[in-house]
Amino acid sequence: MVDLGSLGKYETAWCPGCGDFGILDALKDALVKLDVDMHKVVFVSGIGQAAKLPQYINCNFFNGLHGRALPVATGIKIANKELSVIVASGDGDIYGEGGNHFMHAIRRNIDITVIVHNNQVYGLTKGQASPTSDLGFVTKVQTHGVISEPVHPLGLAVTLGAAFAARSFSGDREHLSSMIQEGIKHKGFSLIDVLQPCVTFNKKNNFVWYKQRVYKLMADYDAHDKYKALEKALEWGDKIPIGIIYQDGRPAYEDACGLMKDKALIYQDARGPSRIQPIFREFL
Amino acid sequence: MPTGLRAKSSSVKIDFTIKIGGEAGQGLVTMGFLFSKVFARKGLNVFSNQAIQSRIRGGHNCFQIRVSDTRVLAPAASTDILIALDRESSCHLKELKANSIVIFDSTVAPLPSPEALLPLGCILDIPLARIASENGGNKIMSNIAAVAAVLGLLEYDINVLSELIRESFGDKDKAVGEVNVKVAQAGYDFVFKKVKCNKLLSLSGLNGKGKILVSGSEAVALGALAAGCQFISAYPMSPSTGIMTYLASKEDDYHVVVEQAEDEIASINMALGASFAGARSMTASSGGGFALMAEGLSLAGMVETPIVIVVAQRPGPATGLPTRTAQEDLQFVIHAGHGEFPRMVLAPATIEEAFFATARAFNIADNYRAPVIILTDQFIADSYMTVDDIGLKAVSVERNILSDEELKDIKEYKSYKITKSGVPPRALPGNPYCFVTADSDEHDETGRITEDLDLTRPEMVKKRNRKNVGLLREARPPIKYGPKDADNCLIGWGSTYGALKEAIDLLNSESRKQHEKVALFHFSDVWPLNEKHFGFLKKCKFAAVVENNFTGQFAQLIAETTGKIIKSKINKFNGLPFEAEEIVKAYRRLKKNG
Repeated sequence: MVDLGSLGKYETAWCPGCGDFGILDALKDALVKLDVDMHKVVFVSGIGQAAKLPQYINCNFFNGLHGRALPVATGIKIANKELSVIVASGDGDIYGEGGNHFMHAIRRNIDITVIVHNNQVYGLTKGQASPTSDLGFVTKVQTHGVISEPVHPLGLAVTLGAAFAARSFSGDREHLSSMIQEGIKHKGFSLIDVLQPCVTFNKKNNFVWYKQRVYKLMADYDAHDKYKALEKALEWGDKIPIGIIYQDGRPAYEDACGLMKDKALIYQDARGPSRIQPIFREFL
Repeated sequence: MPTGLRAKSSSVKIDFTIKIGGEAGQGLVTMGFLFSKVFARKGLNVFSNQAIQSRIRGGHNCFQIRVSDTRVLAPAASTDILIALDRESSCHLKELKANSIVIFDSTVAPLPSPEALLPLGCILDIPLARIASENGGNKIMSNIAAVAAVLGLLEYDINVLSELIRESFGDKDKAVGEVNVKVAQAGYDFVFKKVKCNKLLSLSGLNGKGKILVSGSEAVALGALAAGCQFISAYPMSPSTGIMTYLASKEDDYHVVVEQAEDEIASINMALGASFAGARSMTASSGGGFALMAEGLSLAGMVETPIVIVVAQRPGPATGLPTRTAQEDLQFVIHAGHGEFPRMVLAPATIEEAFFATARAFNIADNYRAPVIILTDQFIADSYMTVDDIGLKAVSVERNILSDEELKDIKEYKSYKITKSGVPPRALPGNPYCFVTADSDEHDETGRITEDLDLTRPEMVKKRNRKNVGLLREARPPIKYGPKDADNCLIGWGSTYGALKEAIDLLNSESRKQHEKVALFHFSDVWPLNEKHFGFLKKCKFAAVVENNFTGQFAQLIAETTGKIIKSKINKFNGLPFEAEEIVKAYRRLKKNG
């Protein structure tokens, strides 16, 4: 039903060599491989270079405010669970401005797929530290280097009981595409933290830096063991694991809620006035 | 008849106020609610409101129930029957009149020499706690005995109370319910035809058609259900919480999803997401929570996604007085949000109107793809009022969404098509014919980001703001009340209507001798304001704006809209609602001082 041609080709606002291109390609590849009905997909993003991604695909999208992609995506999925909701935004958007929403979206376990373009730096505002910037990372604002402990997105996700928490690398299209496919297929909140170089503002964590460090999790790795997953989630430095770090089978919001078991909310009968007549008896 | 109260019209035969004073946790709300329902079931009009402190236990709270055989929309300034459950209730003795009645139990809460205070009244020291315990009840059931004792004094049908008690306990707690019924009967018998008071009116033999009793929060929630609202996301905040609580109680029957969001920023964004996908959606908060929504309100304006936002005001700034009332956020809700975009603000004048305003708000939001704010306050939200019948036929549902059949025939759907009305046609994502977009960046007609400053940006700005023309047409004129030829006028908005209306009655009956007539012009649709609706100002020799705030925010809007500066203002900002008498006094003072 969907092929690369129908997904469209747009001129982007990204710098040449940006990791965002790899993510866009892998995403398109995943959509084609899953053969999704694009009319049943909605992309949601916040603000930032990464958040422009939906603008470069022929699709339904809601390009909202900085940090607010997750609540919008949650609302869309609650209203119409038949839609596949995919969020694409950056580390500043999801882990910084939207940190509170990130925490609670994981708790809700709403069935959305969240792709975080994590380049450890702010691009659109030109080079300030992001919540995931390494300690000591020097910027025009953090002039003596970052002194705050970086956020560990996967560590957070595991401790909060994320239903699906994975990491990938924009430089490994095949791996990233498969992680996105797994995330979309997974019923529940899926996080895919994607390491990606920023060629303009992050001279430290560049393509080579990531390339030398990432390694794929072994086939015998048990993603259902929470404590082992936490260990993997926090592994950072000379070696950085990529793959499905943690997976949990708890029911998604749409199933736990009970009000949309048979039918998506918007397809249910919501004709108002006459429906509520019986209620008034309760007020006598 | 106990008082004849303030409205001197001879047709008013019943108009009295019961006030219950006590600590939080003593069951005041239960008592107040029982009283309200007992009287409503025999067709009397009831208006009940609470004055509570922001705490769970202790302190001093009160619940007052005004009962009348005509429609009442506001509390009275004085009390006819005071039930004093704690010593602090003595602070209400000053609200009593010479022939008022006080009920208390000196073994629980002795009052400081009440006899001296009411020479003509009736001080009833009733052993409420003993009545409860002797009939198998516990201490808290002395409340039921107190309610029943008042009904005994009024010679009211006790069976109505017994019936209500049984209903509220149901089959599950039947035994406890029966104990309560027994205590009630004993409290009633203790007083009925045994206690001699300066005779109150007798309410025996009343048999009117029962009226429904709803709170402002319930009215808003019911209006939302009537409109087919399917989703509310909100963060609890007094005095708005009652809306989500009521909707949650109907979740299973009406399949409305109630999501308690992590904060108000999430609330409004979730509601916008759900609305974008096609569910009628709303959020509710008070001023502080709405402050966090300002960013999302601006988003609603830009992405042109319908949303209904209830702002139940309380006094600020900051945390202010969480359980009290004010009209301080009018200018705030009108101006909140960065950038320029249209919105509509409805401030219901009564609890009944809160129902219709909410249902109407959903239609306006859908028809204009714009945010609509319902501006209430603690007074409306927490008060209860009897309503004869809610005319559901007056409620329609207008979605303004393109169906699949319609979309099939549209060659190229554009989410932000430039139209004459400024409202682009709306499709929902998931349809098989077109993609639907929403973009917080400035965008072209297809919803894609643009920086075309020469053409697209100016056209988009004009398109969005053209909706104001339609919204101005939606805005309804003020309610006019009082003599047609009055050349004095009071101007009000929102929840002050009940007190103002009563003040108008008082002023016109009193000033007849002075040949001075006063009329009320009361606005419920407070934004956008149509200059044409202020034509009455030409005929007013004297005008004063009455508001529950300090700065006179509506007076400022009138000046902005009409160029007329009204200097006479009546403002109340201590956290309590207006009472008719104080408006009358303030009016006279203003007139006297020229």
